[in-house]
Amino acid sequence: MNDATPLRGKPGQPMVGRRAPLIDGIEKVSGRAKYTADLEHTDALVGRIYRSPYSHARILNVDVSKARQLPGVIAVITGEACDKPYGILPIAQNEYPLARDRVRYRGEPVAAVAAVDIATAEAALRLIHMEVEELPAYYDVDSSRAPGAVNLHDDRPGNLEREVHHEFGDVAAGFAAADLVREETFECAEVTHMHMEPHAALAEYDVERDRITLHSVTQVPFYVHLRIARCLDLDESKVRVIKPFIGGGFGARTETLNFEIIACLLARAAGGKVRMKLSREETFLTHRGRPHTRVKLKIGMTKQGKLTACQCEATQTGGAYGGYGIVTILYAGALLNAIYDIPAVQYDGFRVYANRPTCGAMRGHGTVDVRHAFECLLDTMATEAGLDPFQVRRANLLKAPVRTINDMEVTSYGLPECIDWVEEASGWRQRKGKLPPGKGLGFACSHYVSGAAKPVHWTGEPHAVVNLKLDFDGGITILTGAADIGQGSSTILAQVVGEVLGVDFDRLTVIANDSRITPKDNGSYSSRVTFMVGNAALEAAQNLKAILVSAAARKLAVPTEEVECLGETYRIAGQQGSDISFKEVVTEALVDTGTLTVKGTFTVPKQFQGGKFHGAAVGPSMAYSYAACVVEVTVDEVTARVNVDKVWVAHDCGFALNPLSVEGQVQGAVWMGLGQALSEETRFHEGLPLAANMLDYRVPTIVESPPIEVKIVESIDPNGPFGAKEASEGALSSVIPAVANAVYDAIKVRLLETPLTPERIMDALVKEERAKKRAPAAGGR
Amino acid sequence: MSKSMLRLNLNGQNGEYAVADNMLLIDFLREVAHLTGTKMGCDGGECGACTVLIDGRPQLSCLTLAASCAGRHVETVEGCAQGGRLSRLQRAFNEKLGSQCGYCTPGMIMAAEGLLRTNPHPTDSETQEALGGNICRCTGYVKIIESVRAAASGEPL
Repeated sequence: MNDATPLRGKPGQPMVGRRAPLIDGIEKVSGRAKYTADLEHTDALVGRIYRSPYSHARILNVDVSKARQLPGVIAVITGEACDKPYGILPIAQNEYPLARDRVRYRGEPVAAVAAVDIATAEAALRLIHMEVEELPAYYDVDSSRAPGAVNLHDDRPGNLEREVHHEFGDVAAGFAAADLVREETFECAEVTHMHMEPHAALAEYDVERDRITLHSVTQVPFYVHLRIARCLDLDESKVRVIKPFIGGGFGARTETLNFEIIACLLARAAGGKVRMKLSREETFLTHRGRPHTRVKLKIGMTKQGKLTACQCEATQTGGAYGGYGIVTILYAGALLNAIYDIPAVQYDGFRVYANRPTCGAMRGHGTVDVRHAFECLLDTMATEAGLDPFQVRRANLLKAPVRTINDMEVTSYGLPECIDWVEEASGWRQRKGKLPPGKGLGFACSHYVSGAAKPVHWTGEPHAVVNLKLDFDGGITILTGAADIGQGSSTILAQVVGEVLGVDFDRLTVIANDSRITPKDNGSYSSRVTFMVGNAALEAAQNLKAILVSAAARKLAVPTEEVECLGETYRIAGQQGSDISFKEVVTEALVDTGTLTVKGTFTVPKQFQGGKFHGAAVGPSMAYSYAACVVEVTVDEVTARVNVDKVWVAHDCGFALNPLSVEGQVQGAVWMGLGQALSEETRFHEGLPLAANMLDYRVPTIVESPPIEVKIVESIDPNGPFGAKEASEGALSSVIPAVANAVYDAIKVRLLETPLTPERIMDALVKEERAKKRAPAAGGR
Repeated sequence: MSKSMLRLNLNGQNGEYAVADNMLLIDFLREVAHLTGTKMGCDGGECGACTVLIDGRPQLSCLTLAASCAGRHVETVEGCAQGGRLSRLQRAFNEKLGSQCGYCTPGMIMAAEGLLRTNPHPTDSETQEALGGNICRCTGYVKIIESVRAAASGEPL
């Protein structure tokens, strides 16, 4: 798996900048790609999870005696199997793989069964009973934070997981200097990743050696490795985590998930192999999506549209456990900055516990809902001030390089070009305001980090390590712990290495899947892989190249400076006929040393790791991507249904190592944004999910998906590999406000809630109509 | 559950299998025939990832009893390549990036294959209609439409 496929370009064609298909694409289109559920499992037991039917309760007893007695049941475990809490953040580990004394959401794992077949496992679940004392349950922030509410976690009074209070610049002075100050409150519904592959894990416990091997769907194999060791109380060297092909992630799998630990606990209890396939409903319950967020936002600007101050209060309904919550609430504030030049920014963030499945990281982690509010309010204010929305953004551009007021370093900034392109391509100047009734155009901008500058677990190790192995056959194996989850990271690393070494895909193999074989990597999150792992791959390739050039110099009997590399041909500089082949160079390089293994590392320098204040670790990145988006919509006047007719999006990815892949990532981000803008929201009734399937959790299908025109803007970042930055997340958060702004343009009513469903639009239109009738003389509102 | 002998043509080969009467086609394909290319993405009939061709028509294998395929021709993504060479559609999905994580891809390719057999030159909207039951969460569908267009175009891939 992950073997390089021959995708040779034209002779001499650069490896970077090439529209290369994915290095593992042939496996995917042929059906040969093995995902976790596809792995051989003839001797595996079936693992199943018993889940709490209560939203909030004290556990008095979990009776598994009858389940244990059922023939064919090999192991039954409860919360007693693991007393080590886990959680992605070292400072917020308050979750157990199986609930111990309390359950905090409906669907929380309480017990688990390993049995010889599915029918037996499911029959065993029906024999499990829990006795509880029910507690009041809170499904939203208002009830959860109400005085007298029972605390979900004893150490978190008021159900407040974390509050953040940041002020940079003089906010009061900023508002005083403004000609126009407006405030608005937005509500953005909770959404979830809905990656196509349901969760699955295959755990094998070696009783004789006390070792565990886990195949799982993770984006972060090394974090999972560490958590499994801790929760099973095993030495870390006794764990192995393998990531097969993965059917998407979008952030859902950037932390160790309960079923991964449960599968391992069951395998140990059963003394063998356990295969755990979660249903789609269970995959929804495992969640870790984007929280419901209430954004109260106040912006000040001058008559000319220059921003003077911003005050933002974000409240997130984080769900039952910590997860990534602290990071999410910090991102929401930090990324108010580094897109526009705002002299004063105040941020108050509240991350609140509630009796719902736990939220986590999701594409555009933390920034999306706040960006939506910002771009919507900016649009409203521009209209009120008689300014054009493009003019307002242009009046507030940053000038890179710059250090923001909250200590983030912007080193490359392609936003102006992004803005210019969407304005031109969409025909904004000619068409805005001249569209037929019911049609509208909307515009918004966004940005995102290219890798969190501080890793979650800071150990002093480099932030990324790549190993290259070159052997007798002239084949180069790239060993990386970075998880390719479909975003194409293995392809990108091969392109970087190939470019430096002057070799094509057919000489390269990427192994990116095994914590026992590949060097440790923090994983695929915060759009860090291209930038950080790409830089490590670049350094590794340069190190290998130096060895090859020395070998060629020996072979050619000249100093290294006189060696010229023409792809795979080495020769004395300028001297035709002195050519030696790559194979000859490799043979020479291996004399006396044998197989070569070289390493490249990358660490974000201190300067880019943020300021000194509390919470400064979240937001800083060595580079930021930028995006601008124009959306054209039609709102059906009878059904109030929004149809997106076309999307124009420009994304500054620094340099497109693979333009085909960048387009694919940007189009995917746009589409995911459209879903959140128009139809996606998780829904519950007293903790019972109402939309835990792929029909009721409504994502746009191919039928509703509009043409998406992508412009790649290349600002050539000084620190990215060949100038590259992230390409997968940045565009998403411009899409939702662009849709909302387009809907406003079409119906002249501003909706303060997402998604913009027909129900919400109809309600808003009816309200507007009534308001007009009540006050005809005033001309509306 | 009792088992019966199931005779069917699977990817061009006639075969006989002992299959439980209540076994779904997807479980037969994945667990009995060991063809794991066909994917389960949902709890039944929601996502299209398990699409296969039955007598040339796209069907959801998660909503089909294996026993109901007696005497029929069933084709999965594994049957598309000939002698290890990708089919035109597979090649197009690879080269145009119609596949990112790849999990919806087998179902998507089979749905598109079913379309092209009855309509070798579909318009984009015909493609959208034919693939309307197949969800992809990665691509935004733009490159899936381009892949089908490229496969249908007759141009070299």
